[in-house]
Amino acid sequence: MANFFAMGGYAVFVWPAYAVTFLVLITAVVLSLQSYAQARKSVRQLEEEGSGTEDTR
Amino acid sequence: MITALANPKRFLDLSRIVSPWTCAFAVILLCAGFYWSLFATPPDYQQGQSVKIMFVHVPAAWMGIFVYSVMAGASLVGLVFRHPLADVAAKSAAPLGAAFTALALLTGSLWGRPMWGTYWQWGDARLVSELILLFIYLGYIGLWNAIDDPVRAAKAAAVLALVGAADVPVIHFSVDWWNTLHQPASILRPGGPTIDKSFLVPLLIMILGYTFLFLWLLLLRMQTEILERRARSLMMARGA
Amino acid sequence: MKAFTALLIRDMRLAFRAGGGASLAAAFFALVSSLVPFGVGADLVLLGRIAGGVLWVSAALAALLSLDRLFQADFEDGSLDVLALSPISLEAASAAKILAHWVTTGLPLVLLSPVLGLLLNLPPRAYGALIASLAIGTPALSGVGAIGAALTLSIRRGGLILALIVLPLITPALIFGAGAVADAMDGTGRGAFLFLAAFSVAAVALSPFASAAGVRLNVGG
Repeated sequence: MANFFAMGGYAVFVWPAYAVTFLVLITAVVLSLQSYAQARKSVRQLEEEGSGTEDTR
Repeated sequence: MITALANPKRFLDLSRIVSPWTCAFAVILLCAGFYWSLFATPPDYQQGQSVKIMFVHVPAAWMGIFVYSVMAGASLVGLVFRHPLADVAAKSAAPLGAAFTALALLTGSLWGRPMWGTYWQWGDARLVSELILLFIYLGYIGLWNAIDDPVRAAKAAAVLALVGAADVPVIHFSVDWWNTLHQPASILRPGGPTIDKSFLVPLLIMILGYTFLFLWLLLLRMQTEILERRARSLMMARGA
Repeated sequence: MKAFTALLIRDMRLAFRAGGGASLAAAFFALVSSLVPFGVGADLVLLGRIAGGVLWVSAALAALLSLDRLFQADFEDGSLDVLALSPISLEAASAAKILAHWVTTGLPLVLLSPVLGLLLNLPPRAYGALIASLAIGTPALSGVGAIGAALTLSIRRGGLILALIVLPLITPALIFGAGAVADAMDGTGRGAFLFLAAFSVAAVALSPFASAAGVRLNVGG
């Protein structure tokens, strides 16, 4: 187990490489999902408001 | 099929069906790839366990170039065939390409450190070309942001993408040539000129996984862009 | 042809006026090159080794200086619209502007370079290569720079984004240009001039088309 984490002495390079990979990929996913959710919310809101004013006219 | 996708609404409907699949494939492939790379590959006879970085560096580097080709292709389609969603595709792809390229640089630097003794080696032609590619991405994204009129921005960015596409091979060639001054050949070739078979399969799985991840995020970002444009036009209609 | 020459002369005249950018680029070139010893020390041997590269980098930066106004000035006062309607094509007009830019910005750099080479202790055998490489390479800088100028002409204070998009694209010119000087210093021949010339010819031949496309998308509306 300890051998695995030590990565034959290269641990200080291998683990940060994988860590930064996870970080970048997960950040990309989270940001993309957030913007998507935000955009969908705005469009829904605006469409509801639009149809709302039509009804009351 | 491409003309069928020209209608934004139809594109939205179609991607809502397709993108969960790309997400699923990405997740499965990446999980398998990461597991295999970390737990089931032997050390390289030359580089020891540091060869494991190859499995996160090479896919990232490949994606940096692949995404740029997608951007350039979309830009061409947008300029020549006036496909309405082409510029959306290019705009959405760029930040992803930049992220992959930056990732390639970071992981490449860590991979090279045990071999070179330094975190950066100008003698590695591929890494240096990737650095220039990152700047090209940043310039492209900057141009989109700097021009106010979205129609103008789309066309200007498209021209830039195509000019860049023509130049990138030249840049790579010139960096390669420049390296004949210095000695170090690229050491980022595990196990010598041929890749050990036991490395090849997990590497391909990772590359496929990254590709599906890109496709999923691209569709997501394109949908977001289309929705944002719809929101803007709704707001303008409201104001009127 | 007459319209081409007229545009060429007009642009050159504008550039040579005060604030027009011609002398500015030469001064900037001299200034940046002179700053380098302050940064790296006065060791003449070191300076001599890096002189070629330093001068090429400074030249690339100096060539960028007057680029942002290349099309923007005409865009702002409406003369670009007139140009779009003129008898010569936008491609020819762009070519005229690129040539004017080179004559007023690139050429002074070429002429000034041996003096700055002296300052930086460039070895005597490298002077020919320095002048020749700049003479061959600066047209490429003007050409590719013009593409960036056309794409950014509608941006207020677009100079920075212009630099950001142009500099990566001219990397080959820098590499081959400085490489030619290095070759002359080392006595090696690696074809630097050949590749530099090829890049320049391609850049100069293609840039009027890309620049015209850039102008068109901004003026067509």
